[in-house]
Amino acid sequence: MLDRVNYVAFITILNKEITRFLRIWPQTLLPPVISMTLYFLIFGKLIGSQISDMSGFSYMQYIAPGLVMMSVVTNAYSNVASSFFGTKFQRNIDEMLIAPVSNLVILVGFVMGGILRGLMIGLLVILIALFFTKLHVYNLFIILSVALLSSLLFSLAGFTNGLMANKFDDVMIIPTFVITPLTYLGGVFYSIHLLSPFWQELSKLNPVLYMVNAFRYGILGLSDVNIMVAMVMIIVFIVALFILNLALMQRGYGLRS
Amino acid sequence: MSALVVENLEKTYASGVHALHGISFVVKEGDFFALLGPNGAGKSTTIGIITSLVNKTGGKVRVFGHDLDTDLRNVKKQIGLVPQEFNFNIFETVMQVVVNQAGYYGVPTKIAKERAEWYLKKLGLWDKRNTPTRMLSGGMKRRLMIVRALLHEPRLLILDEPTAGVDIELRRSMWDFLREMNQQGTTIILTTHYLEEAEYLCRNIAIIDHGELIKNTNMRSLLDSLHTETFVLYLQEPLLDMPVLEDFTAHLIDHKTLSVDLSVGQQLNHLFELLSRQGVQVVRMRNKANRLEELFLRLTTKENHHAG
Ligand SMILES: Nc1ncnc2c1ncn2[C@@H]1O[C@H](COP(=O)(O)OP(=O)(O)OP(=O)(O)O)[C@@H](O)[C@H]1O
Ligand SMILES: [Mg+2]
Repeated sequence: MLDRVNYVAFITILNKEITRFLRIWPQTLLPPVISMTLYFLIFGKLIGSQISDMSGFSYMQYIAPGLVMMSVVTNAYSNVASSFFGTKFQRNIDEMLIAPVSNLVILVGFVMGGILRGLMIGLLVILIALFFTKLHVYNLFIILSVALLSSLLFSLAGFTNGLMANKFDDVMIIPTFVITPLTYLGGVFYSIHLLSPFWQELSKLNPVLYMVNAFRYGILGLSDVNIMVAMVMIIVFIVALFILNLALMQRGYGLRS
Repeated sequence: MSALVVENLEKTYASGVHALHGISFVVKEGDFFALLGPNGAGKSTTIGIITSLVNKTGGKVRVFGHDLDTDLRNVKKQIGLVPQEFNFNIFETVMQVVVNQAGYYGVPTKIAKERAEWYLKKLGLWDKRNTPTRMLSGGMKRRLMIVRALLHEPRLLILDEPTAGVDIELRRSMWDFLREMNQQGTTIILTTHYLEEAEYLCRNIAIIDHGELIKNTNMRSLLDSLHTETFVLYLQEPLLDMPVLEDFTAHLIDHKTLSVDLSVGQQLNHLFELLSRQGVQVVRMRNKANRLEELFLRLTTKENHHAG
């Protein structure tokens, strides 16, 4: 699959994606830095000081992994959704469609761009968190693999969004009405054990819950859910979205008339 | 070998528009080929199918022997496309646009940059290499699209209205450039609404109208098939009555302008004899239209009953 043409094409797409989010850094890198600083300041420092320890950790420490994960997934998602939709909207995508580059390479190129942006933001938010509190490394392998898999999953979802969108509104609607509620309800700010059994069970249908908890486990050794289940769930979602995207592209969905 | 074989191409868009009704034509290797037709005839649709941007609903396409359905990758490698509409990323610079496009064809950056320098200089865009494309003029954008289509050295270059909105001087220099490319072996297919452009550049021609092929021949025999030509004569004095012009079909455009059809076998000398005998002085004369233009209009308006 990865012959010379596809290899060069892959590097080209990836390079283009990185150049893009670095060029528009006030829209891509700055906002999460500002909003996360505010979260740490207001929720962590001001409100958090009034809250008793969460399983032996300060509230600041408790929310830090969730905030990192929240930034990683939302940035991975919106990077791919808006970049791919923009490329499609300007008909710029034709440059790739007429060339002998495979759909797989186009997909992986854009998704890789989203992963890199997600991880870069994740790193920035960790640095911000370190200004406010101490973070542990309970299990480095879990930290790295959860960050990678979560950004991969949300990049793939962003790609689906970009592919199916017909207008700019369509790439705003899903983040506002789906991604944001899922992340806020994904146990970033609270343990689901604080909820009634019904809401606990409902929360377990939320994929973000698994990522946040797995990531928190990697850092603090603390989780509301079984880590193995969390990892398997993430991988299942990844495989499903990957196949969906490739199948849509193969059919020319949203790309060829 | 044929550079392009198109057989019974059919396209019905999802909207229900039946854009192509079984078009067939062949472009020989090394040819300079014109694909002409009025607005909405189906030219861009045909090009879209050949370049895999549009899914055909029927028919066959072969590019240098490679079948579009079974060997798409090799089809793509042979073709360079200059689309009708600007479609580059408006935030990227000229150099980024061309190097990226080359990258999608597998041309490594280093080689792409060398080739880009050569072509950008050749087409007068080298000074603009670091300018974002949104800051280019229309004519510069057209040239950029040509450079972008060439960096992977395609054997078949397809240009969809490459000189639309380009001034005369620049158009001529683009013609020279395309001619040179063709002389060096690149097969070229071109659509245009400037018929003198097709007449000047192209050896073979296909005319489509309402999704049907109405003419496919070489330029020379097409022009020879023009049986009548219309001339416009500007007169010294206003005419009160129509002069008697025997077999010539003529009418007055206004009192000082006369339009005359000249058929094969009729002579201008004879026309002028008749006119001077009746004291009509002609000061200037011009062809009513470019010869190809005249033919084109006759062919496409005659076919108008296919509408719908
Ligand atoms: N994406 C599309 N969806 C639906 N119909 C389309 C689409 N693109 C073109 N058509 C229709 O197909 C027909 C042929 O259009 P096409 O663009 O091929 O014409 P053309 O010969 O290139 O015209 P022009 O000289 O104006 O560029 C027209 O009726 C047009 O409205
Ligand atoms: Mg067109």
